This record gives sequence, C-alpha cells and structure tokens, in this order.
Amino acid sequence: MRLKLLANISRSLLLARWKQTLVAAIGVTFSITMFITLLSFMSGLNDLLDGLIINRTPHIRLYNEILPAQKQAVDLVPSFHHYYNFVRSVKPKNDLLQIRNSEAIVNSLAKDSRVLGVAPKVTVPVFYNIGNIDLTGIINGIDVEAEARLFLFKDYVTEGNYIDLKNIPNSIILGKSAAEKMLANIGDMIQVTTAKGNPIQLKVVGYFQSGLQEIDKVQSYCSINTAQKMLGESNTYITDIQVKLKNILQAPQLSNEYAHLYDTEAVDIQTANSQFETGSKVRSLISYAVGITLLVVAGFGIYNILNMMIYEKMDSIAILKATGFSGLDVQRIFIGIALFIGIFGGLLGLLFGFGLSAFIDQIPFNTAALPTIKTYPINYNPSYYIIGTVFSILTTYLAGYFPARKASKVDPVVIIRGK
Amino acid sequence: MGKTILETQNISKYFHDPLTIQVLKEVSFSIKQGEFISVIGKSGCGKSTLLYILSTMDTDYQGKLWIDGELMMQKKEVDLARIRNKKIGFVFQFHYLLNEFTVLQNVMLPGLKLSEHAAKEVEHRAYEKLKILGIENEALKLPNQLSGGQKQRVAIARALINDPLIIMGDEPTGNLDKKNGDIVFQIFKELASSFNQTLLIVTHDNEFAERTDRIIEMEDGKIIKH
Ligand SMILES: Nc1ncnc2c1ncn2[C@@H]1O[C@H](COP(=O)(O)OP(=O)(O)O)[C@@H](O)[C@H]1O
Ligand SMILES: [Mg+2]
Repeated sequence: MRLKLLANISRSLLLARWKQTLVAAIGVTFSITMFITLLSFMSGLNDLLDGLIINRTPHIRLYNEILPAQKQAVDLVPSFHHYYNFVRSVKPKNDLLQIRNSEAIVNSLAKDSRVLGVAPKVTVPVFYNIGNIDLTGIINGIDVEAEARLFLFKDYVTEGNYIDLKNIPNSIILGKSAAEKMLANIGDMIQVTTAKGNPIQLKVVGYFQSGLQEIDKVQSYCSINTAQKMLGESNTYITDIQVKLKNILQAPQLSNEYAHLYDTEAVDIQTANSQFETGSKVRSLISYAVGITLLVVAGFGIYNILNMMIYEKMDSIAILKATGFSGLDVQRIFIGIALFIGIFGGLLGLLFGFGLSAFIDQIPFNTAALPTIKTYPINYNPSYYIIGTVFSILTTYLAGYFPARKASKVDPVVIIRGK
Repeated sequence: MGKTILETQNISKYFHDPLTIQVLKEVSFSIKQGEFISVIGKSGCGKSTLLYILSTMDTDYQGKLWIDGELMMQKKEVDLARIRNKKIGFVFQFHYLLNEFTVLQNVMLPGLKLSEHAAKEVEHRAYEKLKILGIENEALKLPNQLSGGQKQRVAIARALINDPLIIMGDEPTGNLDKKNGDIVFQIFKELASSFNQTLLIVTHDNEFAERTDRIIEMEDGKIIKH
C-alpha cells in the first residue's frame, strides 16, 4: 500500500516530465540494444572461430610420441634391479608411433558411457611430388564415416563427394591450397612418396577446406586402408585414436585417465588449443567494456534528469515532507523514477537488441575460408539478456540513488521560508 | 476547555549565519484542545520560526516541546514525519499544491500516506472535507485551474484530511485579497465552533486576530502576552 502510493507519486512526477524522461530512457534503450547486439555478435563470432577448431578437433587424442623407451631391456632383468644401468646412444624404435592393441582400445572406448564416438586415424607424413619438386605434407588415413559423423568432415569437403574416399580405392581428398599448388583437378592422379621412399599413385576425388590455410596447404585425407597400404603396415596399424566426448569439459580429466589406462600419450582439446580460448575471452571482454561504457553514459543521463526534476520539484518535496512523508519516502519516490526509466528503457533495449541481432543474423556473409557460414553469426544466449537487465537496473539505481538522497535531505523549512 | 495538546517549555533558537542571533528566547506556553489562537507580532519577531519548531519540521532548538503529551526531543525523523502526518495539519501562505495531481488527489495524499483507511474511504473523506470548504465541485480539476482563494481552501482541506489534533497556519491569508481572506477566516471560525478544531494561526492582520479566542503576542523572540 505505502509502496504503491510512492510508486504512484513517482509515476505522476515522471509523466509530468515525460519528454525528458523519454530522452533518458532512450539512452538506456540505446546502450542495452548495443550491449545485447555486441555480445550476441561477438559471441557468435567466437563460436564460429572456436567451431573451426572444436568441430575439427577430437576432444581427446590418444597417440604415441617418438621417444626412446622409458625402460631399457637391462632394467627388466631382475638381477640388475639394484644397479644403476647406463645405456648409451639409445634410439627410438620405428614402430613406436603405432598404438599397440588399438582394436581393443577402440572397442573399450566405444563402450564408455562418457564417450560420444571414437575415430581411429593413421597419419602418414609424405611428400607431394610435383615434377621435380617435393612438397611436404601429411595424409590422414581416416574412418570416413566416423570422421563425417563426429568431426563434420563432410562440411569441409567443398568439392567432390566425401564418401568417394571410402568407395574408390587409392583415392585422396586434397587440401585446397595443396591442390592449387599441384594444379590437381578432381579425377587427376597425383603421386606422393612416403618417408620411407615408397611412391604411390592416388586419385583426387575432392578438395578439403578447413578455413585455416596453413592446414589446407599440408593436410590431405585418404581412407584408413589406403594409408595402411602406403606404409606397408597391417590393418591393425593405428597412430591416433580420436575421441569425442559427450561433455567437452571432462576432456582434461578423462585424457589423464585414458593415458594411464591405455598406456599412451593423450592430449585434451583445452590444452591443445588454449590460444583460442584467450582470443574468445578478449573479445567478450571488449564487448562487456563497450556495453558498460554505454550504460554509464546512459546513467549520467538519468542522473541529470533526476537532478533537474528535484530542483524543479523542491516545493513538492517540501510539502510532502511537511505533510508527513519521511526522507526515506522521498528518496524512494525519486529512486522509483530512476528505476522506471531503467526498466522501461532496458526492456525496450532487450527487444531492440534482439531485433538488431536477428537482422544481423540475416545479412549474408560469404567467405571462401568458411564454407559452412552463409550469414553473420549470432549467439542468442539468454544469459546476455539477463545480464543486460541486471546491468540496466543496477546503473539506473546507482544513477538515481545520489539525486534521490539529495532530495531526501531537503529541509522543508528552508524551502518554505524561501517563498 | 479541553486537555492540553501542545506545550512548550523554555524554547530558544539561535541562528548562526551571518552572526549568532537568538531568535526565540525561552518561549513557554500551552495550547488546549479546541482553542482558536492567533499569533501576532512585528515582522521578524520570530513567529514563523516558532511555528516551524512547533510543527516538528525544525528540530534545531533548545527547550522542550510536548505534542499530545509526548516529548518531541530525540525523536527520529521517521517518527516526527508520522506525528506531522497524523496530528498536525498545515496551511502556509503559499498553497503548495502538487500540479501533477488533481485537487482530490492532493487532499488525499496525506491520508493515503497515513493509510489508516482504505483508499476508497480516504477518497470519501476527502470529498467531505472539500464539501466543508465549499469546493467539492472542483475536486477533479488540476490546481492550476483554480483561483488563489480556491487553492488555499484546497490546502486547508488537505490539512484536515487526517483529522489532526491541531491546524497550524503561517499567514494563510497573507496572499489573499480581503474577500478571500474573509472566506478563509470564516472557515477557520466554523472549524473551531462546529468541529471543535484546535487552530494556531500566525497573522499580521490585527483585525483577524481580534476575532480569535486567544491572542499570543510576540516581540523580539519573546511572548509578551498570551
Ligand atoms: N535561516 C536563517 N538564518 C539566519 N537568520 C534567520 C533565518 N531565518 C530567519 N532568520 C531571522 O530570524 C528572525 C525571525 O524570523 P521569522 O521567524 O521569519 O519572523 P516572522 O515570521 O515573525 O516575520 C528574523 O530576524 C530573520 O531575519
Ligand atoms: Mg513569518
């Protein structure tokens, strides 16, 4: 009842000055609109750029490093256990890249309830032979279907049909930039040489474009069987096991667990791509900074109009106090005005922010580097709207607080004497 | 005569700007229920200052003030506001109506603030007060659509809304012409006789004062006759 009375008084004072009030509210609307749009757009961009990596990257990758064995044969002989054994000139063994017992590991991972999918891979370092010139490259022998399902392989094959990789023997999908260097068209045969020197003829069935040129210059894809054949290895030879989890946040923890369990190296996506997270953070920070700056400016607008109103309404404040309204009541009346401006302006801002985001979402955005993107990216995360609401209420409250406090301290005797 | 509703004991007040001067000097007197009192004295003798202290709006004084048997000293701002709201009705030289509200709403505001009655009841009471003052037909107008005399009557209705213990006026007819001043005086007289309303009215109009029950005369910060 009493708050309702104060709110009514706020509303009447505000409506009597509705033009100035509207200007102040538009200030809030503008800043919240920009805040929402900026955050949605920036975060859309973040998602897009992260997606470049996250879509393409396993959450956990199991592999073996070429390292000399931790334990040399002599260490395993019981009678030498209590000795310091010095072995000089230790060399890594060639087959160490291979993950041993890979079939069992893949099967056990596929059964793990935390795992969304598993894709084995064979990486083959090669030279692309172009006449007399050799370009270094990497051919990934992949399980085409798993790769398409888990890592959106299909989206990044910009020309040709990705499934040909599986159906046509000795076929290859070339990185776009590599293909340009080799002047290789779809249907052409190219020659590559493995590190061991075996030359192999492969048929180009498509181009692959990740959007990251450094990758497209080097990487190409063939089926896992072709890769094993190139290396002259059996069909159990696997160099990488790529795991996609149901919850990406579990990656660091599970990567430790798997490394231990399967006795391989394991790297999680967060560790492998920490630089991307930093970029995202900086972009969000900039959006917040701009949004908050705008809100502070809007806050000053509210501060001004309230100061002006209080100056104009000295008589009213004096009589309210003379007839029994306390200082706190008067303070609430003016904070009520500020909050009304904030909430009204803020809500409009949310609406316009949504509208503007939706508009940007429609603007075509075609770039060769990002084949799957057709319009500017927008992230409609509801939390931005909640943050926007909280910020607008908070700033208007603060902007209203100080003038309202001044109003609450007005001495009616001074005003009434002044008449 | 009824019981004592307001009493002062040795109230003194100083102003320190620009020089320290004593504006009220040990003022002691009391008011009984139902009295119609006028306060007179030369301009600058401290009448308004005294009234603001009695109204609890000015708390910077020495001495003691009881309203309705309660000592006002050391009371909190909120409590004083509540006492003003419930027990004191005010009429100033200027009407101080809020231009954003209708006449009726202006009268209702202190009643809604008190919130002893529901809004509907407060509205009903406001109409009654306006009727007593003969301006019920102006209830839905805005204050700036009224004449000066009418505005002052609205201000009186506002002072009456919570049936205060005492109505205080600081030269309430000071801004009015003779005719309107007489109307306002007649209203006060009527309130005193018909409703046994206690009134304490500061005036510089001796003719006005002569027609009240009791005159308090001040000179140079002191009461010289009461
Ligand atoms: N705020 C103030 N600061 C200093 N002196 C004041 C102030 N207000 C009033 N006075 C002085 O106090 C005296 C009494 O003033 P007031 O009570 O208004 O007189 P009255 O109402 O009887 O004409 C006057 O001399 C006036 O100049
Ligand atoms: Mg005076």
